[in-house]
Order: sequence, then structure tokens, then C-alpha cells
Amino acid sequence: MTAASGGRATSAPIMGHDEEPTIFELSSPGRSAHSFRTTNVPEWSAEELVPTAHLREEPPPLTEVSERDLVAHFTRLTHRQYSVDLGAYPLGSCTMKYNPKLCDDAASLPGLTDVHPAAPASLTQGWLELLASLADTLCAVTGMHSCTLQPPAGAAGELTGLLLMRAWHQAQGRQRTKVIIPDSAHGTNPASVTLGGYETVTVPSDDRGCVDVAALRERLDADVAGIMLTNPNTLGLFEEDIVEIARAVHEVGGLLYYDGANLNAILGVTRPGDMGFDIVHMNLHKTFAVPHGGGGPGAGPVAVSERLAPYLPGPLPVLGDDGAYRWHTPPQSIGRVHSWHGNALALARAYSYILANGGDGLRRVAEAAVLNANWLRHRLRGIYDIPYDRPNMHEFVASTVSLKKAHNLKAIDVAKRLLEEGFHSPTTYFPLIVDEALMIEPTETESPQTLEALAQALEHIAANPDGAKDAPRTTPVRRVDEARAARQLIPTFDARPAT
Amino acid sequence: MGHFVPHTDAEIEAMLAFLGLSSLDELFDSIPAALRLAEGLAVAPGLSEPDVMAEMTRLADANRSGRDLLCFAGGGAYDHEVPAATRRLTFRSEFVTAYTPYQPEVAQGVLQALFEYQTLLARLTGVDVANASLYDGASATVEAINLAVAATGRQRVWLSQGVNPTWREVVRTFAAGTGHEITEVRLEEGLTAWPDEGEAGAVVVQYPNYLGGIEYLTAARGAAERAGALLVVVFDPVAAGLIHSPGAYGADVVVGEGQPFGTPLSLGGPYLGLFACKLEHVRRLPGRLVGETVDVDGRRAYVTTLRTREQDIRREKASSNVCTNQTLIAVCCAIQLSWLGSAGLRELALRCARGTRYAREALLALPGVEAHSAAPTLREFAVRTTVPAETIVERMADEGFLAGVPLGDEYGGGLLVAVTERRTRAEIDAYVAAMGKVVK
Repeated sequence: MTAASGGRATSAPIMGHDEEPTIFELSSPGRSAHSFRTTNVPEWSAEELVPTAHLREEPPPLTEVSERDLVAHFTRLTHRQYSVDLGAYPLGSCTMKYNPKLCDDAASLPGLTDVHPAAPASLTQGWLELLASLADTLCAVTGMHSCTLQPPAGAAGELTGLLLMRAWHQAQGRQRTKVIIPDSAHGTNPASVTLGGYETVTVPSDDRGCVDVAALRERLDADVAGIMLTNPNTLGLFEEDIVEIARAVHEVGGLLYYDGANLNAILGVTRPGDMGFDIVHMNLHKTFAVPHGGGGPGAGPVAVSERLAPYLPGPLPVLGDDGAYRWHTPPQSIGRVHSWHGNALALARAYSYILANGGDGLRRVAEAAVLNANWLRHRLRGIYDIPYDRPNMHEFVASTVSLKKAHNLKAIDVAKRLLEEGFHSPTTYFPLIVDEALMIEPTETESPQTLEALAQALEHIAANPDGAKDAPRTTPVRRVDEARAARQLIPTFDARPAT
Repeated sequence: MGHFVPHTDAEIEAMLAFLGLSSLDELFDSIPAALRLAEGLAVAPGLSEPDVMAEMTRLADANRSGRDLLCFAGGGAYDHEVPAATRRLTFRSEFVTAYTPYQPEVAQGVLQALFEYQTLLARLTGVDVANASLYDGASATVEAINLAVAATGRQRVWLSQGVNPTWREVVRTFAAGTGHEITEVRLEEGLTAWPDEGEAGAVVVQYPNYLGGIEYLTAARGAAERAGALLVVVFDPVAAGLIHSPGAYGADVVVGEGQPFGTPLSLGGPYLGLFACKLEHVRRLPGRLVGETVDVDGRRAYVTTLRTREQDIRREKASSNVCTNQTLIAVCCAIQLSWLGSAGLRELALRCARGTRYAREALLALPGVEAHSAAPTLREFAVRTTVPAETIVERMADEGFLAGVPLGDEYGGGLLVAVTERRTRAEIDAYVAAMGKVVK
């Protein structure tokens, strides 16, 4: 395979290494950018409108800038930011695939954006149809019965799922106290378990990187509310014993929760519902190309099997017998989990992505994602340690344990060197069960030529470990003092020490 | 199909050969055969870009949107102007398609924008420190309660009925897991009537409240002190241009909905959970926090900090389970607040208050409409009507108006009306004239 720069960003122009001043340092008294509509409404004064007890003399000090300076400032900030649109982003577990531009346009249609969320269903039939169709499609993809679109992120989906679990056990007249989680799980899982009112019980992975089924059986008893699993797991490995695990958990009256972080790997190939899962959350910002926005917004819909459907958060969009859509809250609903109907525009983006790909295209997504990850694992053999060197799904975990021993080259050094090579780094130091972990997820949208360029960069770094501690040298700032940030906390411009 | 997968057939074959495989199906051999989908997904085949846009346009056109339905509804979502500069900058693909800033050396753009957002929010709320966003106003309220309960060790929450009713429902939903005991505190004459005795971990008040009444935060502060609770203020960031900040009254945690600053109505999302608190609570802060530091060359730099609060490190003992947040909407908020500036925020609040007063006086002059209470209002107000509010909303839609948000039974019914800076005198006059026909 030839290497080409499709996903490599070393050509990105940067004009210097100066600091960008904050918007507060650009402020100049009396300057402004705002303009307001001419309304001809009577111009009562603040004193006439606000009771004296409440009226503040001066507005809060924000900043005072011209529109030109405002635009220049934020544009320069974008030049100090890596993004999927700039280059490859093989950040394991995050599924940083290319986000199709048509989804941006679809989610910007005024007929979707200029709709007040409290408008009655009779005035918002298009939105209800879109949401109901998306929910149906997500059920088809996961093999589940019903779906709420309200959770605005994966972690919110997890907590929603755990509250569904709680409501279901209560309806059965059971008191359950524990939820089982593998030691390879995302940190959101145990954090959500605590907020769901349960205690976390960890189950270890076996030497193949999957749930240790014997250890799991030892932990299963009448106190177990359920188990949360990511499948494929965070090592990128399919839990081959999933049917046996499901049977064992169900035998003690527990439920199975599917963390959809890695759903991208199995689209159209297999479904959580067929594996025996009762509750599934999806990360539409991973699997269905909703861009991540520098940390959000995402969307974390939760789909459930038929027996859990009566407990879903409401209201849900449903098609009535009269051919009109309406909002419906299930009889035993756990209640709302969002101010309105979830991150609706993110849901619209995901729906447009699904329409573009179709059922056949979604399967192609999984195939190419798994092909890319396996190809790259093979390509990096002998260069990096591959602790679980067997067929993986959409991602795999490499390690620098040997390179650390030989050259003191740590995972973080490889990550920082890779930035100089024009690629975003893989996820580092996760999952926790692998030392010096580099968790690599190329995604399906990177071409084989980009993968080869990435492999050559990683090969070059391993072969030339000298100077890695000084990396990165070409980025807008170099290695950042994280310890100082925590020790001398400066969370706002106003908290800066006087100079 | 597969529009965004770049691989040619020849490349796929070459890659499979490199792996020693003869088909794509073999990639999935670790999945038990019984679990493999034989038939493929029951999802329609893929469409071309123009065909997708045609379908999305059909759905969009099946809504009554702002173009033909003038908005007088609020209740936590407001029809404010979104200027071109805010829209264009927010949609810069470097902001849109970046991930969480885990590699700060290549994420200074998002990190600095969040640092500026945190600063603007601290100035707006009058408390020390703000996080890098939560999902929405409801989730911010839930997290504020979690912080207050953890800080005080008291499970009891006094929740004013002046807090947005759907947000209160969200609070009750999540209390099923945390075990917090929610006591709702009634309104009298449109303002919260706090109990004189009892203990609590959190006292939660909305300012101005859901019915538009400007609460006396000195009363809420007094209630919190008597109860041994932290004071949580759900504030309106637009009204903050005209009325004292929650911090000025000693609020411990200030939360709110940031949608008014640059985010269109969008059926309710994605919006922005505003969260700020006193510095003494920073180690219980939920979600991400950006701090200033330096790089190895001594240059100013930004990084996510106090990370040991967070779920990926602290796991079951984390201060919150939040990971993905609403960063892009927070960046949008920072841009919009900078575009407004100090004077512009004042002007925005003033214009909302003027339109609200003009509409309120005209509506109350109609037979069949009366004030919900005598409490002073600022940018939103409630009225009682002889005709049920749901009926008014349906009939007013025929006249080209979204009349407001119907109030539930707990408030004795009525209609909640909001007027933003976008509404002209002529539009308000037309609205009132149409209401005159409908409320008869």
C-alpha cells in the first residue's frame, strides 16, 4: 500500500507561535458589535421596568469588541485546533469518523431549527415523524422493541438505562443492590451505577481479554440488578461468550445493559437484541456521524426490549390510528430525562446519515471499520506490542511496554510525537488493564493510503525514539504543564494572578 | 450505499489478502454464527445526497416554523436573534468536528474558547467558577442538587414550584437513583413561600421564576441559611443584564439554560446547561473544567484540569458521570456574549422587558384575560383566561401565532407569554388583536 496524505495534516499552515490574547484582552471600552431590530416598542427606561430592589446599576462586565476583532479572534482559535476535517483522528473508543457535510445542511433547515419545543404536536408533525422514524430505525439496528431519544449523551443514556433497570426490578417486587462491570469498562459505567443507586462490582477480564465467565458466575446472586457490557469491548474484541453470559445473568433475574460505544463495529452484522441484551444505549455522535463539537453535543438514545418498554421516559413520538403523530408517555414511565425532547438537531443529523447510508451502507461501515483496524494491527506487528494479538473488531490496543524498556518511550511520548507527524494521537492509557496502552480506532472513512501513512509515522517514531520527550515541537503550544494547572487553579481570566 | 467509505474493491481485496482472509465476512468470525444477521438490516437502501435533502426538506416543511408562526412562547426556550457572525463562527468545522480536548497541544482553540466561556459565565452569574457546560437547564439543576447534597450531607431538597415544571420532573426522575428527598415549595401570589423551619441540603429557586415573577433572593438565601442548605439559583442569563446577579445574594450554585445566546429553538436541543459555583465547591464540580497554565517554553496554555473529579479517573466515586457535554454550544454562547458585549446584554434585556410590558398591558386590557399574580415580571408573564390555554394555542396557530405555553393544573391553568427583542410593536398589536378574537 502506498502512503498518501489524505488524512495527514502536516501541511496545515501556522503563522507563528505567539499566544492568542483572550477576548478580554482585546476589549476596548465603548466598542461593540451588536445590532437589534427596529421594533417601535415604547422605550421605557430600566428604572420604569424593573423594581428598584432588583435593578442593577451596570450590566455584568463581559467584553467590548468590534465584530471584526471578534471574528478574527475566534477564527485564529480555530487555527489552533485539530479536527476530523483536518486529518485522521484514530482516537480509540471515540469513533472519530468523517462527518458528512450533507448532515450539517439537513440539520440547518429552518423548518427544523425555527420550531419551539412547546409547540403542540399538531404544529410539529414533521419533527414527530422524523423522530419516530429514527426511533424505529435504531430499534431495527439494535434488535430492540422501543426507544427513547431523550438522553443527550452516552452517560445520560447509561443513567437512563440504570433507572429503567431499577424501575423494572421494583415492579417485580425485588430489591437489587449491585451492578456488575468488567475491568475494561469506560469510567462512565461505574459513575452512572453510583448515580443509579447501585453498588459497582467489578469482574476481571481473562487472558484473552474478554469477561472471565467463571469469575462472573461467582459474582452472580440475588442481589445483582444486572451487568453493563460493551461488545465489542474496549480492547476491540467481541465477547464470544455473550450468549452464555446473557443466560447466566438472566438466570439470577438480572438484566443486560449494552453500552453502545462500539456499535460501529457490528452494524448490520449482529444486534445487541439478538445477543440477549435488555437495554441498549447508542452514541449517535460516534456511530451515526454526529460531529463531536469539541466535546459535545452528542445524543445517547436508549432502546429496550418489550418488557421494559412501559418504563421508558416520555413523551415518545407515536403514530396514532388517525394517521397523525402525537406525544405519548408510557404508563409506568420513569419520567423525563431531558428538558425537552433530547438533542433534536443531533438526532436529525443522525437520521440524515442513516438515510444516506441505508441498511446496506451501514453494513459497509462496519466492514470497512473492522478491515481498517485489523489491517493496521497486522501492519504494526513487531513494531509495537500487541497484547491481545487476535482478530479484532473496529479497534485494537497496542502498547509501548517493550519500547519503554528499551528506549524509555512511553505511550504519551508516542502520542505527542504523532502530533508532529500530522495525526491526532490514539487514546492513551486506556483501557486500564493494558500498560502503556495506545488504543487505535482508524474508522471506516480513512483510506488505506492514509492508514499506510499513519503506520509509517508510527514506525518512524518507534525507530527514532530520541527526542520524543521534547515532542511536540511544531504545535501551537508544546507539552502543557497539567500539574501546575491543578496546583495553581486559574479557572477564569479574572482568577489570573496580578502581573 | 457506503457513500463515505473510500475503499475501492481492489483495495479491499489487497487488504484482505494482507490479513490472509478471502472475504469481508471472515472479519466477523469471532461472532457466533447464531448471532449473525442472515438477512441484513431492515433499513431502506441508501439515498443520494439530493434525495436525502429532499426527504429532510419534506419533513421540515411539515412543521409550522417561525416563518409562519410568530413566536410568543418561552418557558425555557426563547426566540432570540442569532447574528450571522455567531452562526458562521460556530459552524467553523474546526470547532464542529473536534473531539474532547485530550491532547491540549492541538486543542488550544477549543480550550481557550471554553476558558473564555467560563470567564463570561462567572461574570454573568456573580460566582467564582463555571464548568465547561452540561446538557441543558434541567441537567444543570440536577447536578447542582447533587453537589449541594454531597456538600451538606443532607438529602432533603426544597424545590420551589417556581422552577420550570419539566426540569422539576427531571429532578424527580434522577432522585429515584440518588435517593434525594424532594419537597416542593408552593408559590403564593406568584412568589415562593419558603418554610420557616426544617433542614435541607439544597434550596432551589428560579430567578425570575417560571411564571415570570422576580423572586426575592434575600428570602431564598434566608431560607437556605435556616435550613443549613446551599442556595441553588436557576437564573435567566438574559435577565441578568438588568437584575442583580445571583452571586450578589450569596448563591452557592448558579445554573440555567444557555439557549438564548446564539442557539435556535430547534425543538429543544441541543441546548446548553449553564453551571457555576463558589470556588469552595470546585472539587465537587461536575463535568469538565478548563484552567490556564503554561507549556514547557513558558507560553500561556490551557488544559482540562482537576481531572481527578471525573468519571474516567475516579470511576464510581466521581463527582458526576458526565463525559460528553455541550462544548460547541458553550463556544457558541461565548461568541454570542462577546458579540453582545456588556452594553448589548443590557440592551437585549431592556428590549425584552419593554416588549413584555407592552404586550402584558395590552393583553390584560382584553376581556377574558387577567393577571396570574401581582408579582413584578421582566421578560415573561402568565395570564389566566376563561378559554382553556390549549384551545387558545390551537386557535392562535390559525391566526399565525404561537400564543404561548399552557400552564399545568398545579398553577391553576393559564398561559405563559414571552416577548423577545425580535417582536415589533406591529407584531405585538396583531397578536393582541388575534387574542381578542380567540379569548372571547
